[in-house]
Amino acid sequence: MSEKLPRPSSLWEYANPRRFMALSGATLPFVAAGTTVALIVGLAWGFFFTPDDYRQGSTVKIIYLHVPSAMVAINAWLMMLVASLIWLIRRHHVSALAAKAAAPVGATMTMIALATGAIWGQPMWGAWWAWDPRLTSFLVLFLFYLGYMALWAAIENDDTAADLTAVLCIVGSVFAVLSRYALVFWNQGLHQGASLSLDKEENVSDVFYWPLLICLAGFVGFFVLLILIRTRTEVRARRMKALQARERMT
Amino acid sequence: MIALLKRDLALSVRAGGGFGLALAFFLIVVTLTPFAVGPDSGTLSPIAAGILWLGALLSCLLSLDRILALDFEDGALELLATAPIPLEGVATVKALAHWLTTGLPLTLAAPALGVLLNLPEPGFKWLTLSLAIGTPALSVIGTFGAALTVGLKRGGLLLSLIVLPLYVPTLIFGAEVARRGAQGMPLETPLALLGGITLATLALLPFASAAAIRINLR
Repeated sequence: MSEKLPRPSSLWEYANPRRFMALSGATLPFVAAGTTVALIVGLAWGFFFTPDDYRQGSTVKIIYLHVPSAMVAINAWLMMLVASLIWLIRRHHVSALAAKAAAPVGATMTMIALATGAIWGQPMWGAWWAWDPRLTSFLVLFLFYLGYMALWAAIENDDTAADLTAVLCIVGSVFAVLSRYALVFWNQGLHQGASLSLDKEENVSDVFYWPLLICLAGFVGFFVLLILIRTRTEVRARRMKALQARERMT
Repeated sequence: MIALLKRDLALSVRAGGGFGLALAFFLIVVTLTPFAVGPDSGTLSPIAAGILWLGALLSCLLSLDRILALDFEDGALELLATAPIPLEGVATVKALAHWLTTGLPLTLAAPALGVLLNLPEPGFKWLTLSLAIGTPALSVIGTFGAALTVGLKRGGLLLSLIVLPLYVPTLIFGAEVARRGAQGMPLETPLALLGGITLATLALLPFASAAAIRINLR
């Protein structure tokens, strides 16, 4: 393990577990530092140095947890979809392990978004929960995460599990999008429109905009950090399995 | 493929095939509903269409693991995989056999159970039609779930956990058609969307099912 690896000629070479471990090990402290700074600055700025909203009072500040976690919850599934496709097409094990690592993080983020949404919704709408398309589609997304994780946990053979969960992830993505539109059709809701978009008219007002952006960066960094750590753990667990198998042979 | 269909139908109708189980379960769900929400016809009437759809969906779920599990255990699935017909075709035929033995009887039984739940008069036609259009999608999606979990010893509960979220769009549009039909509202849009879901799943999902079966047989 000590000899130097030649310089990579393509991005795909990071699919080699050794290269992935080297690169992720080297970048991990920077990601961790950046995430910590962004989260502390963003949340502190958001919680203590922005004015209360004139209608919502201080409850508006839950936006700094709600919007970033919701965004990560959706994009985690997107990342799993990409990783699953890479695994099915190019058979890079690190990719399958990254998809596996992302699922619990995504599920937790979905839970955080739902919980903060309920806490926010209670004083604003007068209800913890409403069968609104946005809320409901997050609940459905959470169920998709549960099914995906349960399938990973249930299958013993690693490659079979990776293949089947990848197929489920692809089919699930189509059905998740379908459910989203079905739910919009099913019930018009209470939830406001997008908090962030390129269309400036629709955005939250400027005072909240910058701390929210920093919080978003912090949450994305946090997601990347967790994925790196969890994928490294999976790679190590895989290596340990291989070593144990070798031990039993001799 | 017709031979396979005949074989699957015969197997499910004969001993231990679970034919009729779904119907009995459907009847029980419908019978239990008034115990839970009260016998008042004013309460039952507006939710009848939804309860019938939900009951049909859950009954459909019961027999899903039988679609492939027995063939997997005795090796018949491996023979089918090496047979000269494509595995996608096998998956479609399996789904069709499942629909003929559960979806179709459920559809035919639903109006009778609708009487028990005090379904409004114009709803019967639309309930039957929406079930007839929607239940094939349930069978096809269920076959995909069965293909994913066929290699597992006790995959039943996992199968439900995987398949139920996939049933969400079908349930929404199917129940919407039945509900609007019962209330005499226009229902062309959900009906078209329900048909679209059935046709799309029928066209695409057998490929995913066949891929999953291949992985499990490896």
